[in-house]
Amino acid sequence: MSVTVHIPAQLRTLTAGAGELSLTGSTVGEVLKALDAAHPGFAERLFDDAGNLRRFVNVFLAEEDVRFLDGLDTPVADGQTVSVVPAVAGG
Amino acid sequence: MDYVTGLRCRECARPYPAEALHVCDYCFGPLEVVYDYEALRRVVSRGQIAAGPPTIWRYAPLLPVADEAPIDLGTGCTPLVRADRLAAELGLGELWIKNDTANPTGSFKDRVVSVALTKARQLGFKVVACASTGNLANSVAAHAARAGMVSVVFIPHDLEAAKVVTTAVYGGHVVAVEGTYDDVNRLCAELTSEHPAWAFVNVNVRTYYAEGSKTLAFEVAEQLGWQAPDHVVVPVASGSQLVKVARGFAELHEVGLLDEAPHVRVSGAQAAGCAPVATAFAEGTDAIRPVRPKTIAKSLAIGNPADGWYALKTVRDSGGSFASVTDDEIVDGIRLLARTEGIFAETAGGVTIATLAKLAREGVVRADERVVAYVTGHGLKTVEALPDTVRPTATIAPTLEAFAAAVDVGADLDGGADLDRGGR
Repeated sequence: MSVTVHIPAQLRTLTAGAGELSLTGSTVGEVLKALDAAHPGFAERLFDDAGNLRRFVNVFLAEEDVRFLDGLDTPVADGQTVSVVPAVAGG
Repeated sequence: MDYVTGLRCRECARPYPAEALHVCDYCFGPLEVVYDYEALRRVVSRGQIAAGPPTIWRYAPLLPVADEAPIDLGTGCTPLVRADRLAAELGLGELWIKNDTANPTGSFKDRVVSVALTKARQLGFKVVACASTGNLANSVAAHAARAGMVSVVFIPHDLEAAKVVTTAVYGGHVVAVEGTYDDVNRLCAELTSEHPAWAFVNVNVRTYYAEGSKTLAFEVAEQLGWQAPDHVVVPVASGSQLVKVARGFAELHEVGLLDEAPHVRVSGAQAAGCAPVATAFAEGTDAIRPVRPKTIAKSLAIGNPADGWYALKTVRDSGGSFASVTDDEIVDGIRLLARTEGIFAETAGGVTIATLAKLAREGVVRADERVVAYVTGHGLKTVEALPDTVRPTATIAPTLEAFAAAVDVGADLDGGADLDRGGR
């Protein structure tokens, strides 16, 4: 599956400034692994030692927080968008 | 001059410069303002504060921006009123209401916005934006108008009518988003990356914005004669306000304005239809599961609260508690406060009062404590939350007979005194 991944400003130092990438994977977790493979450094920023999303990292598939879906196991369809967004905002 | 030495990640302590930054590049943890407390201890005094303006800017050294002419509508120094009639109904002793409905746009948000916009202007921003459940939108639009800045505020499409009007009237851009507040917030978090020249008050300048809520503690302590209360009840949306109220009391002691280290129990108030933090507290877990809000308390309807974890920790560490209340209890809370103290609060205030009542019944808030409940938004903003029973008690023809037949005021007086015989 080819999906579009949105990268927040804080992590664009890892992508040479790119805010949008095209990656493949069948789940959200696989897409994020592919992101780390293409641009090393993402995994340690996004995941804690146990491999879970860090407390202050939100990941959305289309408009839905993956915590409302199956988390990193959430399947992705061709052409969907995965967004990495800092959780600390709002209120 | 300000007394800010920089920013620091609350999670991993990495230092950052005092710029428009809100999260750590490494762990995404929130950044906090770091002050030079040694210098502050030398500079601040009760007398100097008392001689300052009757606004939040009397505490300027303890705020993250120094400006001779801050962007201010006259925010702060709101009434702290002794609430004996409400206390009697709840079986409490010394109870106070911090009536923050009295701010210029009718909510505590003026505190955080005055600080955020003043800092944003200093950093060179000309466009200010926010994700809002309504009160923040009001305040950002109003302050931007006063400062001659361009505002772009984002709100959920189903907000209360009054909150839309009291935002749009100031003439900025008001964008209604088809989704919940959490959807609006997500959009703004992404827009921040795409529009680095805009100051999103609760995204990229959130570090400074949040500091404004400390003044809720500063004022209460000053109004109590430079003493901290024993217990505060604070509404929780993102959780930022609660955390900063607790921080505010601690900071006053750190800079020498409170003689004794405060031991303020901090309790949090949420609506049952959006209670992710209260639920985590009740379940004794650290993980705050996001929820989809369904409550009349729209100003507290944040299902994925940014500071939820810190609010939870603050409440636990302070020996406080959490409660969540139903929509019916929220309406009862609004009416109870209005009926006993003459203060008309919006739904968030109803959440606070209903939570106070519940915690008093449970014995968590006690009669031997000096208690302050924070009422943070005006009731005129959410009139549609009140049921049809809040209406005239009688509709009559303009005649003496019709009035006499419809209204018995004497029955409302203690002992049923007869008004016609001079009972007053």
